[in-house]
Amino acid sequence: MSIAEEPVTLQEPAASGRSLWQDALRRLRRNKAAMTSLVVLCVMALASIVGPAFWPHPYDRVYSEYVRVPASLEAYPKEDRIVPEMERSLKRARVAIGEISLKGDTVHATISDEEEIDPRITRYVDRSDLFSNARLAEKTADGKGAVMVADVARLRFIAGTDGNGRDLFARILMAIRISLAIGLLATFVALVIGVAYGATAGYLGGRADNVMMRVVDILYSLPFIFFVILLVVFFGRNFVLMFIAVGAIEWLDMARIVRGQTLTLKRREFVEAAEALGVSDAGIVRRHIIPNVLGPVAVYMTLLVPKVILLESFLSFLGLGVQAPLTSLGVLISEGAKNMQGASWLLIYPSIALALILFSLNFIGDGLRDALDPKDR
Amino acid sequence: MERAARNETPTGDGDIDPAGTVLSVRDLKVSFALADGTVEAVRGVDFSVASGETVAIVGESGSGKSQTVMALMGLLASNGRASGEALYRGEDLLRLSPRKLNRIRGDKITMIFQEPMSSLDPLYRIGRQIAEPMIFHRGVSARAARARVLELLKLVQIPDAERRIDAYPHELSGGQRQRVMIAMALANDPDILIADEPTTALDVTIQAEMLRLLKELQERLGMAVVFITHDLGIVRRFADRVYVMQAGKVVEEGRVDAIFAAPKDAYTKMLLAAEPEGTKPPVPASAPVVLEGRGVSVSFHIGGGLFSGDPFELKAVDRITLRVRQGQTVGIVGESGSGKSTLGRALLRLIPSRGEIAFEGRDIAGLDLRRERPLRRQMQIVFQDPYGSLSPRLTVGQIVTEGLLVHEPQLGRRERERRAAEALREVQLDPAMQSRYPHEFSGGQRQRIAIARAMILKPRLVVLDEPTSALDRSVQKEIIELLRKLQRDNDLTYLFISHDLAVVRALSDWVMVMKDGKVVEEGPTEEVFAEPAQEYTRRLMAAAFLTQREGEAPAG
Repeated sequence: MSIAEEPVTLQEPAASGRSLWQDALRRLRRNKAAMTSLVVLCVMALASIVGPAFWPHPYDRVYSEYVRVPASLEAYPKEDRIVPEMERSLKRARVAIGEISLKGDTVHATISDEEEIDPRITRYVDRSDLFSNARLAEKTADGKGAVMVADVARLRFIAGTDGNGRDLFARILMAIRISLAIGLLATFVALVIGVAYGATAGYLGGRADNVMMRVVDILYSLPFIFFVILLVVFFGRNFVLMFIAVGAIEWLDMARIVRGQTLTLKRREFVEAAEALGVSDAGIVRRHIIPNVLGPVAVYMTLLVPKVILLESFLSFLGLGVQAPLTSLGVLISEGAKNMQGASWLLIYPSIALALILFSLNFIGDGLRDALDPKDR
Repeated sequence: MERAARNETPTGDGDIDPAGTVLSVRDLKVSFALADGTVEAVRGVDFSVASGETVAIVGESGSGKSQTVMALMGLLASNGRASGEALYRGEDLLRLSPRKLNRIRGDKITMIFQEPMSSLDPLYRIGRQIAEPMIFHRGVSARAARARVLELLKLVQIPDAERRIDAYPHELSGGQRQRVMIAMALANDPDILIADEPTTALDVTIQAEMLRLLKELQERLGMAVVFITHDLGIVRRFADRVYVMQAGKVVEEGRVDAIFAAPKDAYTKMLLAAEPEGTKPPVPASAPVVLEGRGVSVSFHIGGGLFSGDPFELKAVDRITLRVRQGQTVGIVGESGSGKSTLGRALLRLIPSRGEIAFEGRDIAGLDLRRERPLRRQMQIVFQDPYGSLSPRLTVGQIVTEGLLVHEPQLGRRERERRAAEALREVQLDPAMQSRYPHEFSGGQRQRIAIARAMILKPRLVVLDEPTSALDRSVQKEIIELLRKLQRDNDLTYLFISHDLAVVRALSDWVMVMKDGKVVEEGPTEEVFAEPAQEYTRRLMAAAFLTQREGEAPAG
């Protein structure tokens, strides 16, 4: 009779209803790893969305003079390059060179000559790629001495630049945006198809279930790459195609998981009670089956996002993914891998970004699983 | 077998006085750290067990009776903490290191659990499982252990022990498994055997056998038995002394006869009075027939797939004919596997069946889904398990009004809420609870919600599938009262399915006894209970009322 021997029950129900989801959220909030991951992920997502608008370098701008420069907090060009360049320019102008100093974005050189200095010599300086807006200042009374002032375009590449001279940090921001978008959207596609298909198959059972699941088996046996190449051949290379291709593969797993859950749910008495009330099959799937499978599905989803990001990297690596100048973490890493010896930063920074995303999603997934753990209530 | 058992009699003879105390527990407290704070399951319990006596700990679910012994055995869940003192022959069980505790538990203090299905490991032969504690604690050789196991299996009266010793748990019935559990507990001649609701999961007839066996074994082996149960009938019959627990405290203790004769505490009185009472007068023979079944059969096809061997047909319900009149309560009793629940579902057309079923004279057996829907309104069902029958993701309001969405889709939200409030009030729940979720309610409250869900449609016929079996006796009584009231107020017709004869007797006016898918006996409740015609019915009743008030004939 008394089947459950609980420790003294907290029989006084709380003032307002607390759903299982709210309960789970509360437990999730106490999970430090998951919450930290959530914050990290949100910061990264936000940075990737608004970051490029504020970042001084567009992700596709080519700085041909700074090809593959290493990551540095110091601005380019560096002082040890500016000073000799200035000397060289002034030598061409045939003036005697005094002290050359760098003050912020301007370079100052004291010059002198036997005759009066011709103001046109600023051209020699302007001719160099580094300097612009050269002008003479602090002319002495006799006009034989002056200070040559020129602006220097100083650029910071905190993550270095790639083989084409594009700012790596801007590209990473863009790549995070693309990878997260593909991860989330493809997962969403997989979720919608998988949950609907799996719940229907599981709930209908019998022959319908058999047929539907055999279809899944057949689709499983299609090689993924073959399938993607086929899509590319028919529809051409297209960003949206990525979502469809990945989502269309990943829903198979989702459908199996949901079907399994549905089979156990179907035998629960509340489903039978709904049948006895005359609720239609569609109604039962919608009201009873799907809300109850969402727990495991949410967990699977957080683990699916990193999987999709990796899949996309793989496709991009093969050249079937996103097209330049657009980029994704997979593309960046594969380029980095090629330049590992000469330009390690090309591999390190995108890898850190990817690792952070994957860790965060996995921790969130673990946290969700613990929070939703139906140690039954 | 006799001799063998005697050779092994109590180990304790030499070192303790037979009437001495073997276990004494002082101020035992058990608390669990939960998300919402700590919950005190046991709040200062004192009890003692003398050698060779039977002590019962009685209480309803949540009273902390199981946690008390779990704490003694060091089996608390990881978030549980026990404090106090539990002296077993001078050693404090609560402070022993796990290694030392292991020397005592499973050896000197052993335990049998409620679920014989899940307490045996399905991967090992039972002989090996019984031998394990012997080999572990006594270092007995495998050969000697096997001989002892055989002896034990005979002791617990397992037929054909020589063959059964090599059986796997799934090859045994529930009763046999519980016997194996007892054999395992007896393997090392324990001083104390703790039995945690050992008969609750068993059918009544097997329950009675099991209790008889335990009593016999105790007399023969002289160990002390601590019996944890919610069933006062068992206590009355088998225990010497009893502790009544409520909300983590012992509210009353004393000799069984004294307590049953003159309970002092209000809670004990309430428990004693919680046996279902009253009878239901029969309806006039002229009352219109609501439901009629003729030759209803349900069979399940098992196997027959590509790889699953020869198909065979399991007849769960075999050609049953019944007639239910307006206002009547037909009780269907039987042990597990008798097909009573299947019959109930077949009559509601929840599972396919053969034979004729007529509702108010209209044949419904052949209806398709769409034409069947209006019928759902008239025929409702309440399930056994109040935990499984409510969807955990919906609010109480949504659960109760689900039927309205189907049958009166034109109703607005406000109107549905009003109807839900009305239905909740009808089952004596606070209508303000609509926005809460099922897990916030107790078993009895959940069962009321399930009843409200059925009642909101104003059905004519309700199938009650063991609606009280998962509930405590005192709650059971309230639910029975509620069902009676609803029947009176709404002129309802009930089909009451239960294995609990006491409840059936209190609630129904016509009884059908089922066995193996067939009705073996039926008739007006009073007659069947007064003079059961069939041997099977007699056995069922003897077993069920064994635990009832002694000397009182089980007459209606």
